[in-house]
Amino acid sequence: MLEARSITRRAGDQWLLRRLSLDIAGGERLALSGPSGSGKTVLLRALALLDPLDDGEILLDGQPTAAASVPGYRCRVAYLHQTPALADGTVETNLRLPFSLAAHRRQSFDRARAIDLLRRLGKDERFLSRRRGELSGGEAQIAALVRLLQLAPSVLLLDEPTAALDPKSAELARDLLRQWQEGDSGARAYLWVTHDASLADAVAERYLRLEDGRLRDSHPPGPG
Amino acid sequence: MSGGYLELSYLQVGAAALLILVNAAISLALRLDLHRRLLLAALRTTVQLLLVGLVLDWVFGLSRWYVVLALMAWMSIAAGASAVRRTPLRYPGIWLDSIVSVWASSWIIAAAALFGIVDVEPWFRPQYAIPLLGMILGNALNGVSLGLDRLGQELHARRFEVEGLLALGGTRWEAARAPVRSAVRTGMIPIINSMMIVGIVSLPGMMTGQLLAGVEPVQAVRYQVVIMFLIASATALGTLGVVLLSYRRLFTAAHQFRHGLLADRTESQ
Repeated sequence: MLEARSITRRAGDQWLLRRLSLDIAGGERLALSGPSGSGKTVLLRALALLDPLDDGEILLDGQPTAAASVPGYRCRVAYLHQTPALADGTVETNLRLPFSLAAHRRQSFDRARAIDLLRRLGKDERFLSRRRGELSGGEAQIAALVRLLQLAPSVLLLDEPTAALDPKSAELARDLLRQWQEGDSGARAYLWVTHDASLADAVAERYLRLEDGRLRDSHPPGPG
Repeated sequence: MSGGYLELSYLQVGAAALLILVNAAISLALRLDLHRRLLLAALRTTVQLLLVGLVLDWVFGLSRWYVVLALMAWMSIAAGASAVRRTPLRYPGIWLDSIVSVWASSWIIAAAALFGIVDVEPWFRPQYAIPLLGMILGNALNGVSLGLDRLGQELHARRFEVEGLLALGGTRWEAARAPVRSAVRTGMIPIINSMMIVGIVSLPGMMTGQLLAGVEPVQAVRYQVVIMFLIASATALGTLGVVLLSYRRLFTAAHQFRHGLLADRTESQ
């Protein structure tokens, strides 16, 4: 479904991604590990088309994406930042935010559905009226995750999505993401970045390791 | 006396220069350690203005359109460059964007004034063209520099919010809209404020000058009102221009935010 072909990124004379190729099929659960600074975030950002590539291409359903269609692409291939920045206002303001964008014009905010998603992450309706400044890092992560899941993307690019969560919430988030991934008759996939080998083992069925801007298949998950 | 005003001799200017001793005395008494800077500032004021006087004397004497245009071009480039110098967060191409914005906005408005409103004949009469453009430039550069500075700060501080919007499927315009609006607003506020208080708290320099030169107050006021509107419109155009040009450089057509371009580049200058 999502395919990176020989993508390359450089910063000065340093390689961030070296002719890296990756194919993510519908229904796949992938874990990505690698030492700090190995380019995991760079890879996720590249797959979300957030940074210009120096070389190579990224195909969705076999097609490259024209510049004007990039917002539509990002609705299908959604990237969750490691420490998401919420907009000023309440959690509800933030959950409504995507529906103010042209790309999601056809959908509208479904409060009941948002509350349902929040419940499954251990929060209730009152969480909607919490203000940005009052949220912990983990709570901001929960709000950002719900904001993304409302939009029903096809591929999720998750940058250590549970690192800021307490163990209980982390477990709930894992379950929720698993249920989401199994929905839509198995067409959904995620790529989950984590340092934690046992977490990788729990959330994925295919394991990748990134070192010096290159990918290696690794099974069982390598350390680190 | 000639033409209704008192001419000043160099002796009189020298007498005024003695007043700087007031500042020097304060600096010495309070050990502010400012006397060197004071001396330099006094010297620069004198030398710079004397030089400008000589240049203007020459240009006024020649009264050739190409000489006037060349001087106006030089003033515009200097104004555009000085707008960038006041902002630390810069990106490659910021100098060009600033000069283009200051230049285009000021010249459009100056042209409207010279050809339309004031209807100067011929249009390049240096006595009108140069001070008019100078006043417009001085204010437009202020708006441009405030707008640039604010845009850079906002995009830097809210980088992840902006990227968050892009990642949610927002277009580059949707992602940048709040910082862009804030920057244009910031650039336009000072001129609106000065339009609010003009005449109450301060008498503008040009009007004061005309009064000293013996112009009737009602005429001087009319000129000043015209100038205020010229300045306000040029500031608005220049601010909007520079903010949109920066936006186009910092966001690609593929809706990517090139935050890496924005950096503190004051050291490398």
